[in-house]
Amino acid sequence: MSERVAVRKTYKLFIGGKFPRSESGRSYLVQDSNVSLASRKDARDAVVAARAAAKGWAGATAYNRGQILYRVAEMLEGRREQFVALGVPADEVDAATDRWVWYAGWSDKLPQVYGGANPVAGPYFNLSAPEPTGVVAVAAPESPALLGLVSVIAPAIVTGNTVVVAASPSAPLAAVTLAEVLATSDLPGGVVNILTGHPKETVPTLASHLDVNAIDLTGVADADLATELEVSAAQNLKRVLRPAPAGHDWSADPGITRMTALLETKTVWHPKGV
Amino acid sequence: MFEYAPAPESRSVVDIKPTYGLFVDGRFVDPTDGGSFKSINPASEEVLAEVAEAGAQDVDRAVRAARTAYEQVWGPMPGRDRAKYLFRIARIIQERSRELAVLESLDNGKPIKESRDVDLPLVAAHFFYYAGWADKLPYAGFGPDPRPVGVAAQVIPWNFPLLMLAWKIAPALAAGNTVVLKPAETTPLTALLFAEICQQAELPAGVVNIVTGAGETGRALVEHPGVDKVAFTGSTEVGRAIARAVAGTRKRLTLELGGKAANIVFDDAPVDQAVEGIVNGIFFNQGHVCCAGSRLLVQENVADRVLESLKRRMAQLRVGDPLDKNTDIGAINSAAQLARIRELSDAGSAEGAERWSPPCELPERGFWFAPTIFTGVTQAHRIAREEIFGPVLSVLTFRTPAEAVEKANNTPYGLSAGIWTDKGSRILWMADRLRAGVVWANTFNKFDPTSPFGGYKESGYGREGGRHGLEGYLSV
Amino acid sequence: MTATATSARSDLSELGRSETALRTFLHGLPGVDQVGAEQRAAQLGTRSIKTSAKAQAIDLAIRMVDLTTLEGADTPGKVRALAAKALRPDPADPSCPHVGAVCVYPAMVPYVAEVLRGSGVHLASVATAFPSGQAPLEIKLADTRAAVEAGADEIDMVINRGAFLAGRYAEVYDEIVATKQACRDAHLKVILETGELATYDNVRRASWLAMLAGGDFIKTSTGKVPVAATLPVTLVMLEAVRDFRAATGRQVGVKPAGGIKTTKDAIKYLVMVNETVGADWLDPDWFRFGASSLLNDLLMQRTKLTTGVYPGPDYFTLD
Repeated sequence: MSERVAVRKTYKLFIGGKFPRSESGRSYLVQDSNVSLASRKDARDAVVAARAAAKGWAGATAYNRGQILYRVAEMLEGRREQFVALGVPADEVDAATDRWVWYAGWSDKLPQVYGGANPVAGPYFNLSAPEPTGVVAVAAPESPALLGLVSVIAPAIVTGNTVVVAASPSAPLAAVTLAEVLATSDLPGGVVNILTGHPKETVPTLASHLDVNAIDLTGVADADLATELEVSAAQNLKRVLRPAPAGHDWSADPGITRMTALLETKTVWHPKGV
Repeated sequence: MFEYAPAPESRSVVDIKPTYGLFVDGRFVDPTDGGSFKSINPASEEVLAEVAEAGAQDVDRAVRAARTAYEQVWGPMPGRDRAKYLFRIARIIQERSRELAVLESLDNGKPIKESRDVDLPLVAAHFFYYAGWADKLPYAGFGPDPRPVGVAAQVIPWNFPLLMLAWKIAPALAAGNTVVLKPAETTPLTALLFAEICQQAELPAGVVNIVTGAGETGRALVEHPGVDKVAFTGSTEVGRAIARAVAGTRKRLTLELGGKAANIVFDDAPVDQAVEGIVNGIFFNQGHVCCAGSRLLVQENVADRVLESLKRRMAQLRVGDPLDKNTDIGAINSAAQLARIRELSDAGSAEGAERWSPPCELPERGFWFAPTIFTGVTQAHRIAREEIFGPVLSVLTFRTPAEAVEKANNTPYGLSAGIWTDKGSRILWMADRLRAGVVWANTFNKFDPTSPFGGYKESGYGREGGRHGLEGYLSV
Repeated sequence: MTATATSARSDLSELGRSETALRTFLHGLPGVDQVGAEQRAAQLGTRSIKTSAKAQAIDLAIRMVDLTTLEGADTPGKVRALAAKALRPDPADPSCPHVGAVCVYPAMVPYVAEVLRGSGVHLASVATAFPSGQAPLEIKLADTRAAVEAGADEIDMVINRGAFLAGRYAEVYDEIVATKQACRDAHLKVILETGELATYDNVRRASWLAMLAGGDFIKTSTGKVPVAATLPVTLVMLEAVRDFRAATGRQVGVKPAGGIKTTKDAIKYLVMVNETVGADWLDPDWFRFGASSLLNDLLMQRTKLTTGVYPGPDYFTLD
């Protein structure tokens, strides 16, 4: 009896709900696999996909978004062993699953906590409500590969943003596997786009891209590079989430600031009269 | 003519047991000091099942089970884990929704299209919404470290059996309380199926206890000294009695009671949609709705036209078998309720209002009442003041917005109101002045788990739904 | 508010004489609440039509089909085949009724007329520079006359949406009146192109404008813009013909066109007709479907009901 020869998986990018190879035809060897090496053009394509998905995702009901995010948690739980096999510690997978559940519940609650009626001095109805800012570029933390990634994606999309994420360059397999989870969770294509490869290649493109509304620099460890990217982002006044100077504690209660940083507040006035 | 052939939903999806015990401490048990009663299908008067009637000892047992579960399991459990149980329940309700919808229609008499398209989706959504709060309570705005209250006694009515259960149980559990719930005596079956769902979700024993029975069971539950919180939905009379009973105790109380809502139609209203809203407002769920738009206030200069459209529309309503997918109006829930609707309608005729119903054939067996409107009603008529809780609409007229407000507010109730006009500023002006807990503009009878619901004045106090719905179940 | 649903008959024939009178009238029509109208349409869509009711609905729907081809590539051979199918939609089953009409471009009318003559199937031609309507009035009228002379007994005209959206209601009105004259005895269907009118308030106004100007039918769409017939648009138009008859005594037909592809869709429309305007409109003289692929689905469902077996598309003719 001969030993069965395994079928190996090809690790590709995740853009617009599809899994293309890099248009550059390049890959890099990491975690014993050839992983797509995203180019600047791939980053631009991902922005186009994210923009195309933005209107529908922001327009979905909060209930619908919450259901889909919860579905992601269900699918993630089902792939627990697969992540463990990729080297993600089991308790990190569990924490990542719980984090999806936590954020799923925020979809229809954040507007209640973060918006509300304003008692203006006059015969006016006045209401403030949050809206997603649009397309968000994200530099995911180098590690923890799964929990860090989930902790930056979920707060961005739960409120209706769409994202282009530069995954951890040293541990991209968890990111591609998460993409497979997302692709089978009723999440519309283009809401999350994941680029593997060298963030230093893709993130500057995203930072200077004028059709990107916000950038999360959490995963940029080099302070000088972070500053440079923030300067690029200033061109169209992107909302910027800076990396935490002392690093991030991914096991702590995440709070709501990662969500609110990526929101606009809209205030509506309307007269009251017969 | 285009006659719709019968389109009955299959009953075989639901398996009704001949008898049901009480659900206490995670198990179905026989009553120790109670008896039993029958639950019937109001559309056929057929007996569906025999259900245990909980006596005082049974109630005591259930409250003790809830107390133990509160102190040992559910209270100390991290919100994150409570959330997961509630999400499980929400999912099981979604998965078993057809079964629950059919059972609800059988036991209650409401049309399957409503139990299927309104009740069940809202039930699942309610659990889903509050599941998400369980690990976010410090963000709800009631202080940095909100705590549960303890054991909640919950008594619910028969008009939306499962939805009212969801409104009670979901926020209570999310906040960390345990519950003893008493469903109405005419509609206990979906609550008992919900108990099975709790088992399927592996909810820890004692967190949810269901005691079936009538008024005495409810009284024993509400008055039990081991209860920390009472939540009641039902009539204003019983609500008043409960408020008296808990006076001087430490028990917290929320009440969602009767209503006599004004549905106000202005001359610039989108008239076809207004007519739909009037119909939905009073004929939805056979008018067994506490927030029903039972008083139509229509601007006098368009009253004739609106009524003509309304009558034409009413002639399209299909009354009959609740399980037929094309039925718009099902059976009245009980003989007692039918008698009350008849008594008040007869009073309307006797007091001089003009009664009209479309031609409509009612089934011979079961409890039925044709959709009815009364015109020429004045504020003095009983049918303009008392809650009928049936498919009966009283039509009054007004001339100015101020008069509409005055008439709308001229009632001891204050649960809901409707406004129909194309003018936005008038909607907000009216909304400011209406003494009602929910004001619908250019729509009616809309519900959402994120949106607080509850009344002013004798329609009760406290809110269910939304962030506000947590408040009654938290000590801060 | 205007005279909708009143029992007293009104004479509205003078309205077309002045732009101001038309504007005042059309803008005085009650508004349509979008959310409410769409919810009502969706609710009607949940009716469950089964067994005998379904069989009845399918045959009625077949009789209401305006079997349509409006392609640049249409040829005499193509439209003759279509006309033959209109006469005998299911050659295997003589009990299958014929469709309401065949609808083609004016140049194709003579070839269809040869086939349909004496059959009872109507011959509709689009006209007035269909689909855009962007041509001088004389050309639109000549287009209409040519179609009628070639044998069309129904004309599907397009309104001038540019003029309508710019508020030049009298211009739209006058064009309809002139086209109606050019039609002589042919029935005039007025295409509102609701997908370009964008709001239900506009649909209601355009419906009234077309009826006031003498249209025999109001029709949703050309099928040539992205949004064609929808249930809520048809609901608003049905309410308009209902209220117009109440106000004037004259009954006008309704034709949703474009995008209705399945039996399930068609039955939803019939339910809507039944519960909005009633049995008076449940007749090919008063309600039509502008469609092409719908017919084959109706035939398949019809065969399913009679034989109990779902047939595949290979068992029906493709014309």
